Amino acid sequence: MIKATINNVEIEAPEGTSILWAAKKAGFTIPTLCNHPDLKPGGQCGICVVEIEGIPGLKRACMTPVGEGFKVKTHTPRIMATRRQLVELILSNHDTDCLTCVKNNNCELQQLASIVGINVHDYSRSGERLPIDRSSVSIVRDPNKCILCGRCIQVCSNVQTVDALAVNHRGFDTVITTAFDAGLGNSVCINCGQCVVHCPVGALYEKSATEEVWEALHDPDKFVVVQEAPAVRVMLGEEFGMPTGSLVSGKMHAALRRLGFDAVLETNFTADLTIMEEGTELIDRLTSGRNLPLITSCSPGWIKFMETYFHDLIPHMSTAKSPQQMFGALAKTYYAEVKGIDPGKIVSVSIMPCTAKKFECQRPEMNASGYQDVDYVLTTREIGRMMREAGLDVKEMPDEPPDDILGDYTGAATIFGATGGVMEAAVRSAYRLVTGKELENVEIKPVRGLQGIKEAEIDIDGTRVKVAVAHSCGQARKLLNKVQDQIAKEGKSEYQFIEVMACPGGCVGGGGQSWGSNMAKRARRGESLYEEDRSLPLRRSHENPSVLALYEKFLEKPNSEKAHKLLHTHYYKRSTVDGKIKPAS
Amino acid sequence: MNREAILKKFEPNLSNILYIMHDLQDNNPEKYLAKEDIEACADYLNVPYSYVHSVASFYTMFSLKPRGRNIIRICESPPCHLMGADSLIDYLKGSLKVDIGGTTKDGMFTLELTSCLGVCGVAPAMMLNEEMFGNLTPEKVDSILDKRRKEI
Repeated sequence: MIKATINNVEIEAPEGTSILWAAKKAGFTIPTLCNHPDLKPGGQCGICVVEIEGIPGLKRACMTPVGEGFKVKTHTPRIMATRRQLVELILSNHDTDCLTCVKNNNCELQQLASIVGINVHDYSRSGERLPIDRSSVSIVRDPNKCILCGRCIQVCSNVQTVDALAVNHRGFDTVITTAFDAGLGNSVCINCGQCVVHCPVGALYEKSATEEVWEALHDPDKFVVVQEAPAVRVMLGEEFGMPTGSLVSGKMHAALRRLGFDAVLETNFTADLTIMEEGTELIDRLTSGRNLPLITSCSPGWIKFMETYFHDLIPHMSTAKSPQQMFGALAKTYYAEVKGIDPGKIVSVSIMPCTAKKFECQRPEMNASGYQDVDYVLTTREIGRMMREAGLDVKEMPDEPPDDILGDYTGAATIFGATGGVMEAAVRSAYRLVTGKELENVEIKPVRGLQGIKEAEIDIDGTRVKVAVAHSCGQARKLLNKVQDQIAKEGKSEYQFIEVMACPGGCVGGGGQSWGSNMAKRARRGESLYEEDRSLPLRRSHENPSVLALYEKFLEKPNSEKAHKLLHTHYYKRSTVDGKIKPAS
Repeated sequence: MNREAILKKFEPNLSNILYIMHDLQDNNPEKYLAKEDIEACADYLNVPYSYVHSVASFYTMFSLKPRGRNIIRICESPPCHLMGADSLIDYLKGSLKVDIGGTTKDGMFTLELTSCLGVCGVAPAMMLNEEMFGNLTPEKVDSILDKRRKEI
C-alpha cells in the first residue's frame, strides 16, 4: 500500500492506483472529460490536472499513479485557472447550441462548464463547420460537437475491436471519422452504439424514429403494435429518476398503453420462441455432430461483426432470427390473422436497448411477412423522451400486464437481457428436449456475471456439453480465434454451444440504453432481470402457454417449414473496408 | 509495378507501414494513396483499414487525393520567407493557375508547401519531386518547370 496525502487528507492506496481514483476515495472528485471507468486512461483532455509537491508542472491525475509520500493538491488557484482555460478552449471549437442538442441536461461538457465556473465566452468559434454524418441507419455523428476526447475510438477499437473510427489528419484539422470520411453507414461500423453511450457530448447519437412513431400513433387508420426487449424493463425506470436497475415491466406496459399503442406485446414472448427454435437446432447439431459449436444470433451488432470478421463461421451460426425479428414476422402474419387485422395497416414498433436493431430491422431479408417485419426501432432513450413529451412518468404508473397473444413470457425470456441469459434459457429447454425430463435447478450460475469469457460444462442427463459465453466483440474475437484455431488443428472445437452479445454486459449495457453506464450499473440491471426470473411462475421457455398455442395453431412444430420461412434467416460475407455485402464468389 | 509486387518487397511488419505507403504512392501514376492502396496495405499488415488511413492522413508527405505527375514543394520556413518565398508562391499560383494543394489542368504539377528543407543558405528553396533547387527567382522557377515539361 502507498501512503500519500490529497489536499492534506491522508490516504492509502494499492500501488498503481491513479491519483484520479485515489482522490475519489479521499472524497475529492477531480473533473475529467476523457476518462471513463470502462476505458484505459488516455490523458487526452487535460482537465484532471493536479499539483504534486516537489514535482514541477501540472500532472494529469488519470495517467499518474499515486506515489509514496505524494502531497497532491487538486484545486489550487493555478489548477482552477488552467482547467477553466482548457474548458474555454474546448468550447471555442464546439457547437454550444445546447437547447437543441440531444445531450441537453446529460452532457458532460455542459456539466463541466458549470463545475469549473465558465461564465463568459472569451474565444469566438473557430474552424469551419463540417457536414453531419447521417449515412448510418443507426447512428448520427456530428463532428461540430466532437471534442476529440477519443472515448469513441477507444471503445470501438479496444473494447469492440471493430475499428470503424480513427483520428484523422493533424493539428487544427484533426477530426475523428471513418476512413476517407466515407461515413459510418459505409464503414465496418456494426451499429452497436457503444461510441454513442461513451461520448461525453452530443457528437454521437441514435438516428431517431420518434417522429415517425408519433405519426403512426396519431394515424387512426394504423394499428400500432409495440414490443419491448428484456433489458428495457430494467433501464426505463432510470430515465425517470428511479434507482439503477429498477424493474418496471408492469409500469412500462402501462406507460406504453397510455402513449397510444393499440397493442402492448412483448419481445420476451419471442425470446421464449427463439429458445424453442434455437434449442431444437442445438439438439439437431448435437445429434448430428455437424457445425459445432452452435453460435447464438440474437445480437445484430454481433451478427454484422461476424459477417465482417468471422464469416468462415457462418455455418456455425444459429439460423434463428433475433426475438425482435421473430416478433416482427409474427405480428404481420399470425397476430394479424388471429385478430382479423389487415397486416398492411399494422405498424410494428420495437423498444430496444440497442442501436444495431435499427439496422437489423432494415436488412432487406427481414420481410418474411411480405412487409418490412419491424417498421421502427426506438431506443430506451427515445421512448423515455416520448413518454416525457406525453407527460407520462414511469414511476407513477400502475403495473399492467401485456396484451395477448404475443405477450406472455417466462423467466427464461427475461434473462436474455443479461450476458449468459440466452445460454441459460436454452439449456433449461434443451434439457427437456433431450431427456424428456425437467431440469430441476434451473439456475445455471457459471454462465452469469460480468467476467469477459465464461465457460461451463453442463450435464444433460449424461451428455457433457461444453459452453462458452462472450460479451463485447473484443471478447468474442478472442473466443472465436480460439475456436478457429481448434477447428483448424483438431478438426473440432472443445465447445458445443457459444453465446455472443456485442455489448459489454449484454443488452443491459446496450448502445441504446440511458447515458452514463458503467460495469457496476450493468451488473445491477442484470441482477434485476434474474430477480424477475425468480419471481415468475414459469421459468422455462417450453412452458409458455402462448408459445405452445402458436405452434399448435400456426407453426406446427419447432423448425417446421413454416417456422423456417418466418423465423429463420441467413448471413452474408461483408467487406472489411466498407462493411457492405460481398458478392458470393 | 503492381501493388502485390510492391508489398512483397517488405516484411509484413507494422514498422514498415511508412515505407510501404511511400512506395505505393510513388508507384501510383497520380502520386497519391488510393482506397485500394490503403486496403492493400491494411490487408498485408493485418491492421484495420481505418488505422492505415489514419496514419496516411497524419503525414503531410502522403496525399489521399490524386495529384499531378510532378510535386512542387515550396519551403515556407522563416529563412525562405525572409528571402521572398511568399512572392514566389504568389507568382506560382498565378502562372500555374492553382491554389496551394491544387493541380494544374494538364495534370503536370501540384503546388504544395513544406517546412524547412535544410538548405537555408540558398533560400528561397523548393523541391521538385526528389530534387532540390535554391536561390529561386520567378525566372529561375519558370526555366526549371519548362525543362521538366519538355522532359516528359
